[in-house]
Amino acid sequence: MATEATERPAPDSPPPAGGVTAPGRAAIRERHLRTDRWWLAPAATAAGLLAFVIYSTWRAFANTDYYAAPYVSPFYSPCLAENCEPMKGGPNFDLLGGWWGLSPAIIILIFPLGFRLTCYYYRKAYYRGFWASPPACAVAEPHKKYSGETRFPLVLQNIHRYFFYAAVLVALILTWDTVLAFRNSDYEWGHMGLGTLVFLANIVLIWAYTLSCHSCRHIVGGRLKHFSKHPVRYKLWGWVGKLNERHMFLAWASLISVAAADFYVYLVASGAFDDPTLF
Amino acid sequence: MTTAATGYIAKFKVWRGDTEGGALEDFEVEVNEGEVVLDIIHRLQATQAPDLAVRWNCKAGKCGSCSAEINGRPRLLCMTRMSVFTREETITVTPLRAFPIVRDLVTNVGFNYQKAREVPSFVPPQDLGPGEYRMMQEDVNRSQEFRKCIECFLCQDTCHVVRDHEDNKEAFAGPRFLMRVAELDMHPLDDAAEQGLDRKATAQEEHGLGYCNITKCCSEVCPEGIKITDNALIPLKERAVDRKYDPLVWLGNKIMRRGQDT
Ligand code: SF4
Ligand code: SF4
Ligand code: FES
Ligand code: FES
Repeated sequence: MATEATERPAPDSPPPAGGVTAPGRAAIRERHLRTDRWWLAPAATAAGLLAFVIYSTWRAFANTDYYAAPYVSPFYSPCLAENCEPMKGGPNFDLLGGWWGLSPAIIILIFPLGFRLTCYYYRKAYYRGFWASPPACAVAEPHKKYSGETRFPLVLQNIHRYFFYAAVLVALILTWDTVLAFRNSDYEWGHMGLGTLVFLANIVLIWAYTLSCHSCRHIVGGRLKHFSKHPVRYKLWGWVGKLNERHMFLAWASLISVAAADFYVYLVASGAFDDPTLF
Repeated sequence: MTTAATGYIAKFKVWRGDTEGGALEDFEVEVNEGEVVLDIIHRLQATQAPDLAVRWNCKAGKCGSCSAEINGRPRLLCMTRMSVFTREETITVTPLRAFPIVRDLVTNVGFNYQKAREVPSFVPPQDLGPGEYRMMQEDVNRSQEFRKCIECFLCQDTCHVVRDHEDNKEAFAGPRFLMRVAELDMHPLDDAAEQGLDRKATAQEEHGLGYCNITKCCSEVCPEGIKITDNALIPLKERAVDRKYDPLVWLGNKIMRRGQDT
């Protein structure tokens, strides 16, 4: 092959040192050269998460319209303080007593909030969407220093599995709430309203999200070295793995469904809407 | 089909330079149906820029030599079809931007060989001789996915931990080699733990697993479609948690002595 030199373009002035323009690397000034709409995904993610944060903050602090027999909002279940509305057969577990004066939602929401904040998927979502670390692949991040999850506070992400255990308990209680939704507003069993369907859809998604958790996948079988010696756990690991492939989808679907279930209770409790009875 | 019917002239910008500096150079070059970006780079070499440096070998997506960045995205030159671009757009080709430049599209990927050497290799079981190794398929499925790796280092190039922070290169092995640690830790016959090497703990203490914030760019660019983050990095993080942050597992291992993760 011919090797004679062609005329090369005059070199650009050297880019500022640091990050992707560190000395020794190809001296390209642009922080990225992507031509697609790489900003769309992080922007949409940030907008979606922000919308949920605003909605749930309003509802958690509102402390009203969270119970419309037989439905209890998932934001207020289980209720651990005395100041809750009495819910017949429902999740009143007055552990804290009367001194708690704020909205009871705040106590219990710590657990699902912690679960989702330390979730491997949501971590990706907010590191990219809010912290731009990185905003998108091969798009330089704006930070000078980066230590990832090696130090406090982010090293605490490692406690995710404990939130997983708590999330299983919460999911069990929400399952019970869904069972209770098979009553009518006079607490007679064997009825269904539109709300029952909303609750059913929500609880299915909550369980699917919870069981598709990466920590769950590790606990049921991923931690083993020899699957061949543990056929049952190997099977379980395979099933959780199937769900786990859809973890991102389930994270969003269950986030939307839990807000929708709460909003449905709000509409019924505030009298804006009458729960249509199916039977 | 004839070239005349389907060929067109595309606009290219190719980075040319070396350690002294460089710039994007404009080209107009013929493109024919079915071609990949590497074909176009070769045509530039043959017709307009005979000293354009590019590393390639198999032209089949198997040797991992032709890694570069096309329109800002780390990809294999030989596996990027021209048909994914419109005829109007200008296609920009640069070398990998996380590694030191040698010339034009060629970088020095020695960082990766250094990191490869830092991962202690397979520890043979003491009680088995050569030819006596037996493994069950279900025990090796996981590591077989990782062995599809062609060592193109696109994941290493994209990972923001080192791409955007040169100073992290010392502490961080990068996705490809953390995946290697995961592979060995999942290997049914690896005897490291029994011989005093705790791969779960060293993944974090010596290979910088904590730097990864699971933002999945490695998985996004891997030409072999390996689910690096979901199947290697996150499981490895969970294994490190077993060792370092989970008092229940720690206690269980103390009581049961041999550990439950066999
Ligand atoms: S998932 Fe981790 S290793 Fe992969 S690119 Fe992101 S930070 Fe790097
Ligand atoms: S894991 Fe994928 S991207 Fe990384 S070096 Fe191997 S083949 Fe390339
Ligand atoms: S809930 Fe997302 S990883 Fe555990
Ligand atoms: S030339 Fe071998 S992978 Fe592209």
